[in-house]
Amino acid sequence: MEEAPVQVKLPVFEGPLDLLLHLIHKNEVDIYDIPVHTITQQYLEYLDLMKALNIEVAGEFLVMAATLIQIKSKMLLPAQESDQEEEDPRMELALPLLEYLRFKEAAQWLEGRPWLERDVFSRGENDDVAPQGQEERPLFNLSLFDLIDAFREVMDRAAQIQEMTVPLETVSLNDRIAELMDLFRTEVNLRFTELFDPRSGLSAVIVTFLAILELARLGFIQIFQEAAFSPIRLASRPEAFVVAEDPGEPDLAAPLGEPL
Amino acid sequence: MNGPPLERNPDQAELVRLLEALLFASDRPLSVERIREVLDDEVSVKEIRLACGVLRAEYDRLDRAFELTEVAGGFQFRTRAEYGPLVARLRQTAPLRLSKAALESLSIVAYKQPVLRAELERLRGVDCGGVIKALLERGLVRILGRENLPGRPLTYGTTRHFLEVFELKSLDDLPSLEEISLADRLERIETGQAGLFDAQPGPAPRPKEPDPGEDEEPDETDLLND
Repeated sequence: MEEAPVQVKLPVFEGPLDLLLHLIHKNEVDIYDIPVHTITQQYLEYLDLMKALNIEVAGEFLVMAATLIQIKSKMLLPAQESDQEEEDPRMELALPLLEYLRFKEAAQWLEGRPWLERDVFSRGENDDVAPQGQEERPLFNLSLFDLIDAFREVMDRAAQIQEMTVPLETVSLNDRIAELMDLFRTEVNLRFTELFDPRSGLSAVIVTFLAILELARLGFIQIFQEAAFSPIRLASRPEAFVVAEDPGEPDLAAPLGEPL
Repeated sequence: MNGPPLERNPDQAELVRLLEALLFASDRPLSVERIREVLDDEVSVKEIRLACGVLRAEYDRLDRAFELTEVAGGFQFRTRAEYGPLVARLRQTAPLRLSKAALESLSIVAYKQPVLRAELERLRGVDCGGVIKALLERGLVRILGRENLPGRPLTYGTTRHFLEVFELKSLDDLPSLEEISLADRLERIETGQAGLFDAQPGPAPRPKEPDPGEDEEPDETDLLND
């Protein structure tokens, strides 16, 4: 058994406003009546803690620290005798906080909505924006990184499913290529993610990915995207199949090595 | 119900069935305009809206697992939220997830559009570049244009997809920030502009093509004039 490491729990704040709201909440004070001295002190303590823990303190936190100190010093100055009513310097803090708070609440409202593809579902997979006029397929330049991103999504999903069984039979790359070839003989156009079944285990997912790359390399399929961020799709190239079909099964086996 | 393509002046029961067929077969929200087009303009907008209402009521009465929702300027069948976890199992794609930072930024964009990144950062007090990129990638936010300021910075707004995801009829469907916020906190704020977009009961949707990158009117959402 490993020794449990000492854990330091430090709430992570998005930014200085988040931290201020936390302090205001913790001290149970009114946003319109912020005890600047106390809050500034706690704020700076928090920054020190962050530094002590080697957490990089973003510039915004420092700007806010300066603002707090400035407000504190303004508060110390005797109120000037003038006709105009002196504005409470703390408003400089309260107004942005209140504004921020409103949007935090708006965010919460959005969070509570019935989200499509999370809480409610429409007919059909929704990530697939049906391309109109599919014949004219504008090819979008798909970088390797897009492909890796898509692959990572599949891997993430595979990782989410916790299966205790260890699959004894592993699919070989050649088998998978043959399977996909069969598939693409009948299916002209498939979504990248459709080809993966996360439940079949990590190695099958990897084998499938390699098989896709190999099929693309050999020119049997085309990997494309209709627009930026749209789902990656695979299209078979029937002409390649015709050529390959002639002498029987394509001789894919040779260069591809043994099953994983 | 077989017979020639469209009979003239279908009675209401038939119109409801026609709508049902169209809505069932569509995977995107269908706007009234689009429905009218498909029906060869034989039926008025009013009749279609009425028939949609009848259809919705009928499904409600049947107490089915899905319902007819009005969303993004159109109508769409959607499963009820209580069956979400079940349907999610069926889906190949991971459910939508947004970080707190993303949701905050998204709500700011929704209410203040067209909005500059600088404004977003002023309101949230942190750098928002990464968050904006993520929202753009998810198709929830889009670039509206450029502001006539030094450096011609980009302005951002929400997309039609945003309305679809959060089941909003239109941007007017967003409650005012005052409505959302806790009353006691807000009583003290003197913007004097509350209730700009109180819910309007079923306004006729603007004619919209089911085109994801389409314009919404980012107007009257600016409640927080400084």
